[in-house]
Amino acid sequence: MKGWGFWIFVALALAAGFVFTRVSNNEYYFFASYIVLQSLIMATAWNILGGFTGYVNFGSAGFFAVGAYTTIALQKYLRSLGFDAPLPVFIVAAAAIGGLIGLGAGYLTLRLRGVYFAIATLALAIVAQTFISNWDYVGAAKGAYILTPDPPPLFSSYVKYLFMTMLVLGLLALAISRYITQSKFGRGLAAVRDDEVAAECMGVPTLRLKLISATVMGALMGVAGAPYPFFVTFVDPLSAFQLNIAVNSIAMPMIGGTAFWYGPLVGALLLGTAQEVISVTISSEINVLLVGVVLVSFVILAPKGLVGLFSDLWRRGKRDG
Amino acid sequence: MITDPGLFLNAVVAGILLGGFYAAVALGLSIAFGQLDIVNIAHPAFIIIGSYFAYYFGAHYGFDPVFTGILMTPFFFVLGMVVYRIYYVSFERTGQESLSGLAFFFGLMFIIEVVLIMIYGVDYRLVPASYIGMNWKIGLVDFPLRMAVPFVVSMVMTISLYLFLSRTFIGRAILAVSQDRQALQLMGANPIRIKQIAFGLALATASIAGALLIIIGPVEPSINREYIGRVFAIVVLGGMGSITGTVLAAFILGIAESFVSTFAGPSWAPAVAFGILLVTLAVRPSGILGRAS
Repeated sequence: MKGWGFWIFVALALAAGFVFTRVSNNEYYFFASYIVLQSLIMATAWNILGGFTGYVNFGSAGFFAVGAYTTIALQKYLRSLGFDAPLPVFIVAAAAIGGLIGLGAGYLTLRLRGVYFAIATLALAIVAQTFISNWDYVGAAKGAYILTPDPPPLFSSYVKYLFMTMLVLGLLALAISRYITQSKFGRGLAAVRDDEVAAECMGVPTLRLKLISATVMGALMGVAGAPYPFFVTFVDPLSAFQLNIAVNSIAMPMIGGTAFWYGPLVGALLLGTAQEVISVTISSEINVLLVGVVLVSFVILAPKGLVGLFSDLWRRGKRDG
Repeated sequence: MITDPGLFLNAVVAGILLGGFYAAVALGLSIAFGQLDIVNIAHPAFIIIGSYFAYYFGAHYGFDPVFTGILMTPFFFVLGMVVYRIYYVSFERTGQESLSGLAFFFGLMFIIEVVLIMIYGVDYRLVPASYIGMNWKIGLVDFPLRMAVPFVVSMVMTISLYLFLSRTFIGRAILAVSQDRQALQLMGANPIRIKQIAFGLALATASIAGALLIIIGPVEPSINREYIGRVFAIVVLGGMGSITGTVLAAFILGIAESFVSTFAGPSWAPAVAFGILLVTLAVRPSGILGRAS
């Protein structure tokens, strides 16, 4: 998808999503699509650092939960002042806080080898969870309820509005990711992934590039978490810091192909849809097991993901034919 | 309340006992991560498998958990050799360790956890052993045996491993493989074979550590996650792979956690390991006994 193709895709997706909210009244579809879109944003965000630079973030669930709890804390605070802020306010606030945490974690560890960053993100998620489990203002370990506001005009229910918001955010995440791969910045990141020392020697400002991608990653993950409290109406630390979210954010780009901006899209659509179908038809445990098995199989058998696999086959086909 | 001598002394002793146990938990990772450069985040998950073996044999045949732990070490050793083989063929040989290798162990951890949940559910399991409820009291200080027995077993295991690594040919080869692979090859040892044995050994410690874990308290599949931070904090703080450093770091963490639980509340304890880890990474990533890089 080059140039106009991508923007036509975005316009079509938005139009299709909007028509969907007008014609369908089965709430389940919106719930299921919301989850898939949430995974898409998380996977795309993870890939901006993990896929493009090779620095693995295991703490995705932490960034997500920080986004969700930003909404809860801010809403409670604003209500105590007598304000009722619209959803975009929370999304922007969550982006700012997620981005700052990404930058901070990156600043502490991105100068070290990649594995330290991986462990530090895991650490960060647990520190955040401990902190929130002890923070009474947001309900501590007991969790917090949040009131769902009335749906804005044009939408007949709030979940439809949330679905449309997530669609916009998902497309935005894809657009950012696509912009990064196609810019000079993205080529710098690819150089970091392939050989960081060589890149540094060639004058690529590797630390600055890594810090920018860590910030973008953190911000997008915060964004993915911000609408979550309105979606589930009750949030506690256990549900916000699910390991599922961390695993999905890694598995989806790995399955799709980490070197491509549309890799997480392919992974999220396939794995996300499969998960929804399986947890409805078989059981949610099998569904969780599936993610683990698929992740391990893919990293062993197809480390470049589906996109990489098919482009290799395509190239081989062209050469032979 | 920090001035109460009984409370203070008990916190210190409890911390030392806990730290001794943490040494057993971190030892395997110290070999895998510190010596072999294999970032096995699934190590705590393997430890939980060890706990469930202790539970299974305890519940069905009345075996003592420590006995089960020792009994199962050959199984874990072979399991470790198999896991390393897969890791080597898929990632190490092709230079994919950093991204795919990490994701591999992450996925493995997830699979172990979910399979255990599917078999045993999320209920806490415990083992019957006569000493678990017993408590020795010396002066003001408590020595609960459920902490003291793991401490002793862990110290015996640590010292044996230390002697094995420093006195035997294979042990020295394991220490050498992380320093200079080529030199090792010239001495007539196959580095891949040595790494395979070392990783088997690393997992074998998980068998015993798992048994100790279920002596200390009831176990359920997802508690492995709490231990990821602890083991990595210990290994990094201990200077990556040095056994003395690992034990020292384990004691530091044990005492720090014990103090935080006693004086700030147990709900803050999980953050201690990660706090130590973040500070170590930021200030001195080479650890307390490591050389500054």
